[in-house]
Amino acid sequence: MTGTIDPTVINLVVFVLAVFVGYHVIWNVTPALHTPLMSVTNAISSVIIVGAILAAGPSEADFGSILGAVAVGLASINVAGGFLVTQRMLEMFRKKARKVENEAEKK
Amino acid sequence: MSANLVALWYLAASVCFILALKGLSSPESARRGNAFGVAGMAIAVVTTAAVVAKGHIDLILAAMAIGGTIGAIVSRRVQMTQMPELVAAMHSLVGMAAVLIAVAVVNNPGAFGEHDPLPRGNRLELFIGSFVGAVTFSGSVIAFGKLAGLGKKFRLFSSAPVTFKGQHPLNLVLALVMVGFGFAFFLAEGRAWMPFLVMLAIAFSLGVLIIIPIGGADMPVVISMLNSYSGWAAAGIGFSLNNSMLIIAGSLVGSSGAILSYIMCKAMNRSFISVIMGGFGAAEGAAAAGGGDKTVRSGSAEDAAFLLANAESVVIAPGYGLAVARAQHAVKEMAQKLIAKGVSVRYAIHPVAGRMPGHMNVLLAEAEVPYDQVFEMEDINGELGTTDVVLVLGANDVVNPLAHEKGSPIYGMPIIEAHKARTVLVNKRSMAAGYAGLDNPLFYMDKTMMVFGDAKKVVEDIVKALA
Repeated sequence: MTGTIDPTVINLVVFVLAVFVGYHVIWNVTPALHTPLMSVTNAISSVIIVGAILAAGPSEADFGSILGAVAVGLASINVAGGFLVTQRMLEMFRKKARKVENEAEKK
Repeated sequence: MSANLVALWYLAASVCFILALKGLSSPESARRGNAFGVAGMAIAVVTTAAVVAKGHIDLILAAMAIGGTIGAIVSRRVQMTQMPELVAAMHSLVGMAAVLIAVAVVNNPGAFGEHDPLPRGNRLELFIGSFVGAVTFSGSVIAFGKLAGLGKKFRLFSSAPVTFKGQHPLNLVLALVMVGFGFAFFLAEGRAWMPFLVMLAIAFSLGVLIIIPIGGADMPVVISMLNSYSGWAAAGIGFSLNNSMLIIAGSLVGSSGAILSYIMCKAMNRSFISVIMGGFGAAEGAAAAGGGDKTVRSGSAEDAAFLLANAESVVIAPGYGLAVARAQHAVKEMAQKLIAKGVSVRYAIHPVAGRMPGHMNVLLAEAEVPYDQVFEMEDINGELGTTDVVLVLGANDVVNPLAHEKGSPIYGMPIIEAHKARTVLVNKRSMAAGYAGLDNPLFYMDKTMMVFGDAKKVVEDIVKALA
């Protein structure tokens, strides 16, 4: 065997392994948190903002950089909205846990 | 920053994303998980910004500020009942961002460190990423419209399935033509705008056509499926940019959505294919219960309150109707009164009780129901036989004992076994059949008492009667 490995093959290796990791991690998520799971995966998939920043970045602005900037804006809505709304939901699950503890302590 | 260093930072971000998902295995670790997610995103963004530091960083920061502000405002204002709409809207944004990036890559591959013109392999990946992104965008817009109840303003958003003759052959032909143009894009020299843009246009219309025939009640599957697509779109873009972090994050999201779709299908006893083919639930509500000779015992909220107050153990089985009536706060008040009287109160949640996976849990959490009172269907079913009263609120098919009878259309569907309890109280607005169009023998059992009316009103009346 000689020569270098094509980047696409490396990408494929990463992809297959990541799908396996995803499969095992997701099955461990408690069903009660499936809605926060969806909102946080939404935020995570907006890591596509990386591609948008690269598109918007070149010093010679052209048609592509405008599209990139729009994409950065769209993805930013998701990044902020996704993580914040997940946090908001998870806080609801926390508040009550505290209350229950407090009530238990009172008794 | 060297390319190796960038790749290592991206690896760190990817690990953070995995930890973010891992945290969701319990409510206690979930908040730390979310913090990992935020950290991963921060690493990813700062690293990439450093790569383009000499370019239009001002443009990028401005776009981020605008988008971030909108996102922050929306995340504060959205009501928990609107979560499905919000998630659908956010999927569409990921899809659109993927398309815009793909167009930018075709326009100027050099900006992404690619060869110009784009090599064939990258074109193939770009084709996949952009068509999945386009389908995600337009499909999510339709899903958003259906979930937000915009059907009256615009027929495509109707929550009833929109079907027409030759729908599936048309979709198939369009898909094949789209692949054809994708192939032309793959083989073409230079920029090849024509096949690329035609392919995108077809993908946008396919997204609409795929989602319109799917009925409102199948939305939990659709929204999970679009969640999955948004991940695959990100992974596809990651392939064409040779960016391992995008591939990893996209694959995590893609498999998450796929698993959720599977869980939802299983909970509704439907195959994924039959959901996609759509048309189900067209006769929803039209098929009134046909049991003319069967008698139903109905009672008032006061009667229900009496039964509940004199029980030792009560299990509440909330369904979609409860969410529609926004009765969760009233339910929590009722549960508190009962607990004060020494009654043990628990909740039994069917996986498709809400409008998206886990929706009912969030609605109850918002009403400050302690989550140790909330049980998943399979965890509580075994105990229903020794429960005094099961109170079914706005649920129908998920408590239908026909699911245990061979030959019934819903045979094999997992249900909350309310019929095993000593007494069953069922709140419904009318005797209309549920989503599956089936009569429910539970309603005619001797131990069942029906309390007709809007869930919120009935529960509030029970609360009054309990005082």
